Amino acid sequence: MSTAGLTLRQVRFTNKAFWRNPASAFFTFAFPLMFLVIFTALLGNGHLRLGGMEIRQSTYYVAAMAAFSVITACYTNIAISVTFQRDAGVLKRTRGTPLPAWAYLTGRVIHAVIVAILLVILCAAFGRGFYHAHVPSGVTLWKFAVILLVGAASFAALGLAVTAVIPNADASPAVVNATILPLLFLSGIFIPLGDDAPAWIRWVGRLFPVRHFADGMSAGFLGLPFKWNDVLIVAAWGVAGLMLAARSFSWEPRR
Amino acid sequence: MAVAIDVKGLRKSYDDVEAVRGIDLSVEAGAVFALLGPNGAGKTTTVEILEGFRARTAGEVTVLGFDPARRERAMRAQIGIVLQSTGVDPYLTVAETVELYRGYYPSPRPLDEVIEVVGLEEKRDTRVLKLSGGQQRRLDVAIALAGDPRLLFLDEPTTGFDPGARRNAWQVVKNLQALGKTIFLTTHYMDEAQYLANRVAVIARGEIVAEGPPGSLGGRDLARTLIRFRVPDGAEELPQVGATPGADGMLEIHAEDPTRVLYELTSWAVQRGRSLEGLEVVRPTLEDVYLELTGAEEGRT
Repeated sequence: MSTAGLTLRQVRFTNKAFWRNPASAFFTFAFPLMFLVIFTALLGNGHLRLGGMEIRQSTYYVAAMAAFSVITACYTNIAISVTFQRDAGVLKRTRGTPLPAWAYLTGRVIHAVIVAILLVILCAAFGRGFYHAHVPSGVTLWKFAVILLVGAASFAALGLAVTAVIPNADASPAVVNATILPLLFLSGIFIPLGDDAPAWIRWVGRLFPVRHFADGMSAGFLGLPFKWNDVLIVAAWGVAGLMLAARSFSWEPRR
Repeated sequence: MAVAIDVKGLRKSYDDVEAVRGIDLSVEAGAVFALLGPNGAGKTTTVEILEGFRARTAGEVTVLGFDPARRERAMRAQIGIVLQSTGVDPYLTVAETVELYRGYYPSPRPLDEVIEVVGLEEKRDTRVLKLSGGQQRRLDVAIALAGDPRLLFLDEPTTGFDPGARRNAWQVVKNLQALGKTIFLTTHYMDEAQYLANRVAVIARGEIVAEGPPGSLGGRDLARTLIRFRVPDGAEELPQVGATPGADGMLEIHAEDPTRVLYELTSWAVQRGRSLEGLEVVRPTLEDVYLELTGAEEGRT
């Protein structure tokens, strides 16, 4: 079988196991959608000013939760599930077969990206149906697709990279949440950051990839100007993650 | 016969500890070879070097003509590995799992045949998380067989099994041998090595201390046979056998020529119409040999 065929096969089996695992299906798939419904229902009636535009808060949450879904499906899901597979010995077993290592890892990344795209489509449909969100079309759709794919792949690469510092499967949810939750808050995913946010918080947003990715998603959903700068910074983080993963990824439990 | 595994002067150090200290091994194609030793003797280190998981510190290793340290795909396509503890995705069924691994190999074994060899036909569509420990271990073997390998590595395949599960696992290994596979297994059970292997190497403290067919390991076939019985009344008439009875009245003779000694004893008893109570003729078991060979290790663990 060709290596591309092997990778696609890997995606198929990963997908099969993903949907049968109640924890992964719930936390990766249902969780962000649940957040979307709760946030929009709770806080969706207000308005906020972003980039000189008056925006309904519910529309804001459609974009923010779309970004959150991608981060959950790619970063969180990959980091936790790969650590579990590593500690259960699945990775070591796979390494003893002729399957090329990268085919296994690429398979997982592609699967995460597909789940992410699915979630973004659901967010868009929900926003469109209930909150008049702007659904990207035309040239915006292409730009939106670029930030979505670059973001999903980058967060997946960072998810692989972070497994190198996770000591064991039990610690994986803690490490993953400790790295991503503060960033989500400081990047305005759960609570919109106005222009009067403290300077240090805005610096965190500028340095790390979450804010840039969310801005790219917002550009699609809110009709804000699209900045290629955001794509570049997210991609740079992705490349850094990939390099770290290539250097320190472990196929065996780290005991 | 062709050589499947050839090892010369293999050494492996972890930091300042030398786990494997210069071992030589040779496994013929089609043989079942057992590496027998206590925990911590260097079994797993050795087998993981042969499998390509670990780099060696020194020595020459050839597996099916490949150097495992180079981790060539062509070598991995021809070997099957059952590691000491490995998992699979718990949400796939037995058949799906074997099918997943079959896809990695250039000429896999038919799915149903693989499942049949390990006796999991009835669990074919059961998800892995519902299998018992023994069934999961058999699935491990099925996965190792999926690619129709020429050489199988089994690292302590029955550790933690109950006696029934062990018997089943042994049957699986016998089935594999009948298929013509070369099998390299590690174990710390003497009976397992004796039952399954054509050749056994005993490893202790990182060195091979004995090697040979299980029947003659460590000079077991040459060792003196023990004859034991309760001394009957009127023993002063007993033929001269060069031993004195113990406090419990049992006489133990280490005989170099057990046939002659037994003949003298039994004909003496038969002629007088007496019996030799509790008569036993005992050869040293593989366990005795093993304990003697690895003796110094026992105190440490």
